[in-house]
Amino acid sequence: MKHFYYTFLVLLSISSCQKNNNDYVKIPEKKVPKIVDYNFDVRPILSDKCFNCHGPDAKKRSADLRLDTSEGAYSKLKETPNKYAIVPNKPKESEVYNRIISKDTMQVMPPPDSHLSLSNYEKKIIKKWIEQGADYKTHWSFLPVSKPTLPNITSKNKINNEIDYFIIDKLNQLELEPNQKADKERLLKRVSFDITGLPPTIEMQNKFLTDTSPNAYEKIVEELLTSKHYGEKMASSWLDVARYADSHGYQDDDLRTMWPWRDWVIHAFNENYGYDKFVTWQLAGDLLPNKNLEALLATGFNRNNKINQEGGIIVEEFRIETLTDRTNTFGKAFLGLTLECAKCHDHKYDPISQKEYYSTFAFFEKTPYRAHAGGVAKTLAEKPFIDISSQLIKDSLPFLNKKSYENVKSMVMEERDEVRNTHLLERGAYDAKGEVVTHNLPKSILNFDKTKFSSNRLGMSKWLFDRQNPLTSRVYVNRIWQEFFGIGIVKTLGDFGMQGDLPTHVELLNWLSSDFIENGWNIKRLVKKIVTSATYKQATVISQEKMAIDPDNRYLSRMSRLRYSSEMIRDHVLASSGLLNTEIGGRSVKVYQPEGMWKATSSGRGLLSSYVQDHGSDLYKRGIYIFIKRTTLPPVQMFFDANTRDQCEVNRQSTMTPLQALIMLNDPTVLEAARVLSEKLVLKNSSPEKNIEIAFRKVLCRNIKPEEKTIFLDYYSKQEALFKSDPKRAEDFITIGEFPSKKDRDVIKVAALMQIIHTMYNMEETIIKS
Amino acid sequence: MDKEVFEHQININRRHFFKKAAMGMGGVALGSLMIPDLFTGSNKTAIQPTLGLKHFASKAKRIIMLTQNGAPSQLESFDYKPKLRDMFGQELPDSVRGEQRLTGMTANQKSYPLVGSKVDFKQYGKSGTYISDLFPNIAKITDDICVIKSMHTDAINHDPALTFLQTGSQVGSRPSMGSWLSYGLGSENKNLPAFCVLLSKGKGNGQGVYSKLWGNGFLDSTHQGVQLSASEDPILYLKNPKGMDADSRRKMLNHLGSLNELGLEEFGDPEIKAKIKQYEMAYRMQTAVPEITDVSKEPDHIKKMYGPDSMIPGTYAANCLLARKLSESGVRFVQLYHQGWDQHGNLVNEMGSQAKDVDQASAALITDLKQRGLLDETLVIWGGEFGRTNYCQGKLTKDNYGRDHHPRCYSLFMAGGGVKAGTSYGKTDELGYNIVENPVHIHDLQATIMHLMGLDHEKLTYKHLGRRFRLTDVHGHVVKGIIA
Repeated sequence: MKHFYYTFLVLLSISSCQKNNNDYVKIPEKKVPKIVDYNFDVRPILSDKCFNCHGPDAKKRSADLRLDTSEGAYSKLKETPNKYAIVPNKPKESEVYNRIISKDTMQVMPPPDSHLSLSNYEKKIIKKWIEQGADYKTHWSFLPVSKPTLPNITSKNKINNEIDYFIIDKLNQLELEPNQKADKERLLKRVSFDITGLPPTIEMQNKFLTDTSPNAYEKIVEELLTSKHYGEKMASSWLDVARYADSHGYQDDDLRTMWPWRDWVIHAFNENYGYDKFVTWQLAGDLLPNKNLEALLATGFNRNNKINQEGGIIVEEFRIETLTDRTNTFGKAFLGLTLECAKCHDHKYDPISQKEYYSTFAFFEKTPYRAHAGGVAKTLAEKPFIDISSQLIKDSLPFLNKKSYENVKSMVMEERDEVRNTHLLERGAYDAKGEVVTHNLPKSILNFDKTKFSSNRLGMSKWLFDRQNPLTSRVYVNRIWQEFFGIGIVKTLGDFGMQGDLPTHVELLNWLSSDFIENGWNIKRLVKKIVTSATYKQATVISQEKMAIDPDNRYLSRMSRLRYSSEMIRDHVLASSGLLNTEIGGRSVKVYQPEGMWKATSSGRGLLSSYVQDHGSDLYKRGIYIFIKRTTLPPVQMFFDANTRDQCEVNRQSTMTPLQALIMLNDPTVLEAARVLSEKLVLKNSSPEKNIEIAFRKVLCRNIKPEEKTIFLDYYSKQEALFKSDPKRAEDFITIGEFPSKKDRDVIKVAALMQIIHTMYNMEETIIKS
Repeated sequence: MDKEVFEHQININRRHFFKKAAMGMGGVALGSLMIPDLFTGSNKTAIQPTLGLKHFASKAKRIIMLTQNGAPSQLESFDYKPKLRDMFGQELPDSVRGEQRLTGMTANQKSYPLVGSKVDFKQYGKSGTYISDLFPNIAKITDDICVIKSMHTDAINHDPALTFLQTGSQVGSRPSMGSWLSYGLGSENKNLPAFCVLLSKGKGNGQGVYSKLWGNGFLDSTHQGVQLSASEDPILYLKNPKGMDADSRRKMLNHLGSLNELGLEEFGDPEIKAKIKQYEMAYRMQTAVPEITDVSKEPDHIKKMYGPDSMIPGTYAANCLLARKLSESGVRFVQLYHQGWDQHGNLVNEMGSQAKDVDQASAALITDLKQRGLLDETLVIWGGEFGRTNYCQGKLTKDNYGRDHHPRCYSLFMAGGGVKAGTSYGKTDELGYNIVENPVHIHDLQATIMHLMGLDHEKLTYKHLGRRFRLTDVHGHVVKGIIA
């Protein structure tokens, strides 16, 4: 994905002429930079086109030639004596160059059957790089994090904090101007959703709009960060990382109760645990020197993996699968690497050997697994677990929201008392045991010094948070960045390796990462830094010019218009209508869902073979609490790009399909919200105009514009007339949802206003963090 | 490669698309749920919306996959082994079993007594292919089908095996075959998804299905399979709420459109234009889908051909008829599941009732397509996720027995779409345990399906987290022997 990289070059080359080029018909050929950089210009080409056969994987290496190290590339060719792959400064004497420009199909590289080829531009880059000495450099993300100095920016008026220095610096190079600051209403909606996942209340809107003090915005940010809903918003994406669900997965997909772990995550964010503590407890909370029940609960992170309840399971096969899942999650969640590629062979692109994969795997060797086939017991959990009683909650876990008298069992980690060697598994096959390996972690990231780190998960965690570990903070900071800006500084959130996208602002990422570490991995501080930057506060207006030059908005000359997550959509609808149940935590809830969905896919066994919907206030809890049955996801999640929770995921897509329109138009959740808000407003006996104004402020979080009001008033009067002529239709329309209806409601007025509000919920802007 | 880069630009960020469209690039494939009008936006160059990306010419344009979920026994359907009858109750020789691993269900069984089919077989068609008496209607179309008797797979349990069959990987979270085809070839109908899923259940021992079987994995969500149900809402949330008819909906969308246009003026974001189109396509689907899913207007001879069940929504027969209608309307991939084929015990009875569910309608579908002249361009695939053991699981009696999972060999059949009709391919040993000729691995099957659709399985890739993924991972060979 060198996508950005090309764009960047294109930008450089057309930036001088873009202003009078209104058609944008032709993109000129990319220009080769004056000085070619190995990491940013050359390696992406070599990695993508050459390393598959001439890279780190020793077994698949052709002609015993490797091009990912200078030793390999500079030494004499084994199969063609007296020739060298690369002779620095001399492209014509370098076989690499001769082969890539060869016209002979027997000679040309990459070979035709690979379906890969080099563009002219890429050939020129290789040539120039060799001419300039063919320097190899360590991959950017494997270099320790150091804090760069801020770029020199002459005009400081567009700068609010350090982030802006880096952003403005790059925009200056591209001759792009940042947007103006967003208007207060839109800014408030944006930041409120970004921090709490909820819309600002009308009171909050009024307060902010009338507060003319210079730090009005900072005050609001502070208020939002102390909201108990901050934890819920932050937990949402962590549940993707942790593959959290309320069922075991696989065909029978029966009930599990891991929600106390989920509540811990919310609690941890609200208490603002440092990222180091947050991760250490989840990875190794059972191994802490001072036993701690809360930390033990946190280890449920690695019990969120799926459990196959089929009768035919082969115990060892599934044990390996479980441990593989934990190993891969470690690689993706914390290191942002495609570690799993090294399961069957040495990694093709990154310096991670298969042996290192299994040395990492060794840390999980003693973790719990299924020692039998068939269904999970009636406990809904498999050992080890914490049996959580009301007393236990009172004494040690006060943040848990358990209502029933019954105990709830939340699975946790523990080292099994058994001696096991870890073997390298040939081809990744569970029964093809190779050499015995010992605990170790990939050397190219950071040497696992056994005098410093213990050979268990606690040592593993210490290694992650060692000041010299180059990835942990970069990877997390980048993910948080994406939550606010839509795209990471490194676009491939889960791949910081050779094949990953290069950062658009490497210095900014380094600065933020160092700052994050220096301040005790303080997540709230990082969030505050981001939302108080001038970059974040920009308006989202897109000029034709910016659209043409930077369609993806990688350079942030504007704020991106980002669609809400599936959780936010639901929460917005419920909160703005006044239906939201703001209670934090508790068992997952089964809300409105079309009939028969579970039944159609179920094997007919277990507690989840058919859907039993909840009632009352449970129907109005936030999206994060919706029951997730892995094999049949809730429709709102399925339609709005939520993850399936089969495995660790660090990213969600943002797509647009007609199914999304259908759910917004016809889901009882949205219709009921419109009905309830309408009833409330109609009861106040104000004019339709007044009601439309208030509803609009609740739903769009801003004041209505005159032209919008005209459309709504026109629509309202037509709808009112229609319902008057056919009261049965009005009655039908407002008979939706289980929320009790107001007595003596004016059926016609409620129906007409409900139609208006429902239209508001369907407006494009409504579910955009504009 | 071109495809990959291009798709990237459309899907990862539609904004790119608008830019490219303005530059007049052609060759856009539409996704399952992409919004077609978006792609003709420029007045400079209209883009042909369904051009797709074929690597080479092919006959097949659409696929109907009749997935027999749970793994029907090959020994009671298409793989005739008289020797097994002769050896009733005798132990499976170790030399035959070799190092085959067994599931947790029979690994500890004290003996592995062989058992032949209780059901008789007869020869049919010009080729004299053996088919069991449980499938009399399929037997009648023997000359139209190609039976592969040498399928084999890596997985030994249902979920991983089905996931492997549909996505090329056992772990899940990879794109389903239908999603790959939507990605590669796009849609033929602007009012229907390119990839539809239909579910039904038999009375036999059932194994669930999972939405990951039709998931888009790392491909854009526009390529996900859309499940059609037998309820009055054939697609979730398709129906307008009570008190709102189509006319009211139209008026609402008109007002909504005007409001969104105001947003477009203010922000200049093409996503807003896309949103307007998104609602329009939803509106068209509200009319188009119920028309398609209503099978009641089919003529009597068609109803008769599919059998009486075809008028009961949600049955296999009704789904077969619906599959034909969808396919006929240009749906690229119809994935149909019939549950209940997991006969660990009571095989003789359960197989009978399962076969009764599917035999007539499966044959009718193929005949129907043929009569309409559509069979040539429609590839029909019938089969499960693995085979069943030649030895008995549980208690063996003269009249009944059970069979465990067997990944080492099984049968499936294909018809139409460039497949060599009236033939068999591959052979198993006389005990039906090992393949002795022309093995076809799941990845080979997938490579062949892609090939029949005009796609090179090695070239249809998508770059995700650092590597180019494909349906067949790094494996798969096109099975030339079954291609006409």
